[in-house]
Amino acid sequence: MSRMLKSREALLALAILVLIGLIATRFPEFVAPSNLANVFNDTAPLIILALAQMVVILTKCIDLSIAATLALCGMVAAMLDVAGVPMVVILPVAMALGACLGAVNGLLVWKLNIPPIVVTLGTMTIYRGIIFLISGGKWINDQQMSPLFKSLPRADILGLPVLSWCAIAVVAIFAVLVGRTALGRSFFAVGGNAHAAVYTGINVGRTQFAAFVLSGTLAGLVGYLWVARYAVAYVDIASGFELDVVAACVIGGISIAGGVGSVGGALLGALFLGVIKNALPVIGISPFWQMAISGTAIILAIAVNATEGRSRGRVILKSAEHVA
Amino acid sequence: MQASPSDRPVLRLSGISKSFPGVRALSGVSLELYPGEVTALIGENGAGKSTMVKILTGIYQPEEGVIEVDGMPATFPTASAAAEAGVTAIHQETVLFDELSVAENIFLGHAPRGRFGLIDRAAMVAQARALLARIGADLDPMIPLKELGIANKHLVAIARALSIEARVVVMDEPTAALSFKEIEELYELVERLKAEGKAILFISHKFDEIFRIADRWTVFRDGELVGAGLMAEVDEGQLVQMMVGRPVDQIFPPRHHALGAPVLTVAGYCHPTEFEDINFTLHKGEILGFYGLVGAGRSEFMQALFGITKPSKGACRIDDHIAVIRSTAEAIGQGIVYVPEDRGRQGTVKGLPIYQNVTLPSLARTSRHGFLRLAREFALAREYTERLDLRAASLDQDVGLLSGGNQQKVVIAKWLATKPRVIILDEPTKGIDIGSKAAVHEFMAELAAEGLAVIMVSSEIPEVLGMSDRVIVMREGRMVAEFDRATMSPEALVRAAAGIGERVAA
Amino acid sequence: MSGASVAKGRHLPNSLTSPAARMVKSWESLLLVVVVVIFIVNSFASPYFLDPWNLSDATYNFTEKLMIAFAMAPLIIAGEIDLSVASIMALASTAMGYAVTQGAGTPELVGVGVTVGLLCGVFNAVLVTGIGLPSIVVTIGTMSLFRGISYIVLGDKAYTGYPAGFAYFGQGYVWYVFSFELILVALLAVAFGVLLHRTNFGRAVYAIGNNATAALFSGIRVGRVKFILFLLTGVMSGVASVCLTSRLGSTRPSIALGTELEVVTMVVLGGVNILGGSGTIPGVVLAALVMGLVTFGFGLLNVPGIVMSIFIGLLLIGVIALPRLWAQFRARRG
Repeated sequence: MSRMLKSREALLALAILVLIGLIATRFPEFVAPSNLANVFNDTAPLIILALAQMVVILTKCIDLSIAATLALCGMVAAMLDVAGVPMVVILPVAMALGACLGAVNGLLVWKLNIPPIVVTLGTMTIYRGIIFLISGGKWINDQQMSPLFKSLPRADILGLPVLSWCAIAVVAIFAVLVGRTALGRSFFAVGGNAHAAVYTGINVGRTQFAAFVLSGTLAGLVGYLWVARYAVAYVDIASGFELDVVAACVIGGISIAGGVGSVGGALLGALFLGVIKNALPVIGISPFWQMAISGTAIILAIAVNATEGRSRGRVILKSAEHVA
Repeated sequence: MQASPSDRPVLRLSGISKSFPGVRALSGVSLELYPGEVTALIGENGAGKSTMVKILTGIYQPEEGVIEVDGMPATFPTASAAAEAGVTAIHQETVLFDELSVAENIFLGHAPRGRFGLIDRAAMVAQARALLARIGADLDPMIPLKELGIANKHLVAIARALSIEARVVVMDEPTAALSFKEIEELYELVERLKAEGKAILFISHKFDEIFRIADRWTVFRDGELVGAGLMAEVDEGQLVQMMVGRPVDQIFPPRHHALGAPVLTVAGYCHPTEFEDINFTLHKGEILGFYGLVGAGRSEFMQALFGITKPSKGACRIDDHIAVIRSTAEAIGQGIVYVPEDRGRQGTVKGLPIYQNVTLPSLARTSRHGFLRLAREFALAREYTERLDLRAASLDQDVGLLSGGNQQKVVIAKWLATKPRVIILDEPTKGIDIGSKAAVHEFMAELAAEGLAVIMVSSEIPEVLGMSDRVIVMREGRMVAEFDRATMSPEALVRAAAGIGERVAA
Repeated sequence: MSGASVAKGRHLPNSLTSPAARMVKSWESLLLVVVVVIFIVNSFASPYFLDPWNLSDATYNFTEKLMIAFAMAPLIIAGEIDLSVASIMALASTAMGYAVTQGAGTPELVGVGVTVGLLCGVFNAVLVTGIGLPSIVVTIGTMSLFRGISYIVLGDKAYTGYPAGFAYFGQGYVWYVFSFELILVALLAVAFGVLLHRTNFGRAVYAIGNNATAALFSGIRVGRVKFILFLLTGVMSGVASVCLTSRLGSTRPSIALGTELEVVTMVVLGGVNILGGSGTIPGVVLAALVMGLVTFGFGLLNVPGIVMSIFIGLLLIGVIALPRLWAQFRARRG
């Protein structure tokens, strides 16, 4: 249990509590359970994608196409719904499509050794462009979508909407995946010390590929949830959301250099941004502040990560041994 | 000695040869490892020890030779194949995963599985605890590896070796970074592994520990097997002799050992973790050798002198003035240049042509108002590369395409072109062929004769003896001995560097 | 040193391949062929293509991006990257819009735009070279921050009302069909070409990109060179912002959204290795022509802009992937 409370996560949890506390002193309605549940529900897509991005970053890659994948899968889900395809088919199709889009990224990184940042910058525009091609640039709106399609994410189970339960389920699954499976541990090994990973029989490229497929699959899931929740699908949905996702990861202490991070960190990083986003209108600050705040948070977080992880030189002197 | 000395090796390599472009790393060597016995592999740097380790662990494939496990022929095409055959190595710089827990480091890739194929964490921790207890390591298997010191990381690596049921454990300079107490604990552990019947290959430069724990010895020199036998039948002098002895054809250029005026004086150079209290004076026309074991702090000190790292204390004078060196540019400005040991990373800029590599630190002289003048660059590059007898097709050839010896010549040409006063050569002939070695030696003698002051860091005893006017020996970041031409001998250098014959204070 | 001039080795020629032979085999010549082919195809595809005024208009497809690419190319060659350039443009444009409301005239506006660009560049430079953070994440952060500030200032509003004289930078013509932007970009091409290929600074850029450690060990002030490169990228983003703002005549916080991608694509298509170490300014210019002509051709054929962005994405990946696929193919066969 003490390992769960590593300083980074504890610090972040404390920061979130302090933030909520400060808001509550002026606006007590913000801490009403129903409002906090709303904040969580609103942050659910960010939580899911932050976890997806986390495994990619753990393997020393980055997925900037995650929001474009979300948008493309969301559009396909909406179009299938308009075409009358039943829900039991739509959701698997959206996730499978996401997995395929992630696999494209993963293959380019694994088989051709192209830097992940270039691959996903490219696929980010390609995937967005494909939405335009398949939709003809048109919107799919509220009236065109079937009631079941729209209501599923909002359906109430034990007082929480399905969207929230999805986030909780993904957190639970990731806790097991990352902590208890060979694949999960190999994400850390590949990013932490690729050289040593090879010696232990881990295929670095294939592990990175798996991370991208996982990331795409979850982007597919969120694609449906997003489109259904907002009851609209068009080319630019979730535009720029990839930056929020990266911000959540970086704030959560996931090192962009790979190999360092935790499910708790990604969750808290996402919640931190979610609380800020939902608090801004409450305390009367324009929501336009959010982008600059994310940017600042990214920069501060990497600066903190960098100073924590700074390596010390070789220790040769015996007298210096216990100091280092 | 073991109660029942086995006469059947668990692992036998015979007639092993391995070449790299320009270098024959191993030629027809043999090695036998016996269960329950420690075999010491002894040799100078470049003798082929690490190549042998890489062949044993499946990272390199030998060009010739036979590997036998329990008398049956075997091949190790991959690292996993070697591991499956029960061979595992504990490296000098232990390669493990800082962010994973101790238990995970031990079991990564073969963790115990529980329900649904998930890692059975409880079982893993319990087994890790048992393994750690078996080697007498008092470590919490739950804590992340990054919280451990280097000695405990070794223990984790050893536990990992046990967890894969290793039968052969290769220890490559395991005590290089350990303190006295930690070394004692490691010896105990080696005894325990012996008692479990593991065959151990122990690579070390330190004779005291070889005599302390090894049962057998094997000496390599220049990629060839010099001899092998039982420790009980050999003494230190004989081993040193075999290790440093050279074929008679290695001739060093004649030198006049007359020193000129002092050029560089270093006084009280210290660094928080790397070296302490370095003092010496270097003269015009002198070659000053720095001898020591790998990791003795020689390169670290030289890099501080060259402005790469900052010393915490100390002063340095050139001629009569105090020289302030805070960057490499300032060091070059003061006439101090450094030919690094790690040619590939710190010496040549691969991807740039030869002439651009040569002129890189001299651009201020070849250019006008910051604009390049290619004709001058080619002229400068030609002057020094031809002087060093560089073998290349043309001056605009990518330096990465040259052989190791020729790359070294480009790096030396680069520094001579700056017209330095002091040149520091860090392992100048490491990993280059015998012909280029002779050329580099001849050239050093020439430079000294012209009045340049030369510092030569070398771990090769014949080179140190053949070239130096004086030798400073460093051990564990300190100067421990100084010899002149009259007092230097191979035995004296080895003893000083390894600390033989001194009472080790704990 | 007495013996230094005594040559004893054998003579080494400067080069074995003639400059002409090297040029023929270069990536730049391939790009040149592509430019010519597209030009010919376009002139057959549409009767409007060869009109000088149409061609002149078409140059606006790439001029502003090319200005930034001139600075981005050396930055990437040195092994760094700046993804915040489009956001710097937005912030510089917002600052100019604000300056207009404070009564600034045309010269002041240009000063404000370029200065904001410079300051943003310095901010990136300090984070990367001063603190030692990885440039990819730093500039993903500043990408959010700089544009975020524009959003804070503008929200969903826009600045308009730029003085009439200010329009010259994005809409004026120096002579005949040659616009101010086209002339400026040509001059910058020469300036950056000389800087990268003919100066000590340019040589240091290549040395750092190929092996930063060895460059440091050769007395090159690696941090300072990178600092200047980030600063230049900021300044050029500011200049591009002046031109774009002048051309559009208004500022919204979403101005130049996604431009960083097009700039990086232009640089990579121009033959600059994304991992650093190689690339040329002429290559980048030719890449800009390829992208400009393709956009123009698509425009004449009424292909929507977003299809163009698919094409750019494919180009970015394809340009890197094809040589690697080809190398793997050859390795497998031989």
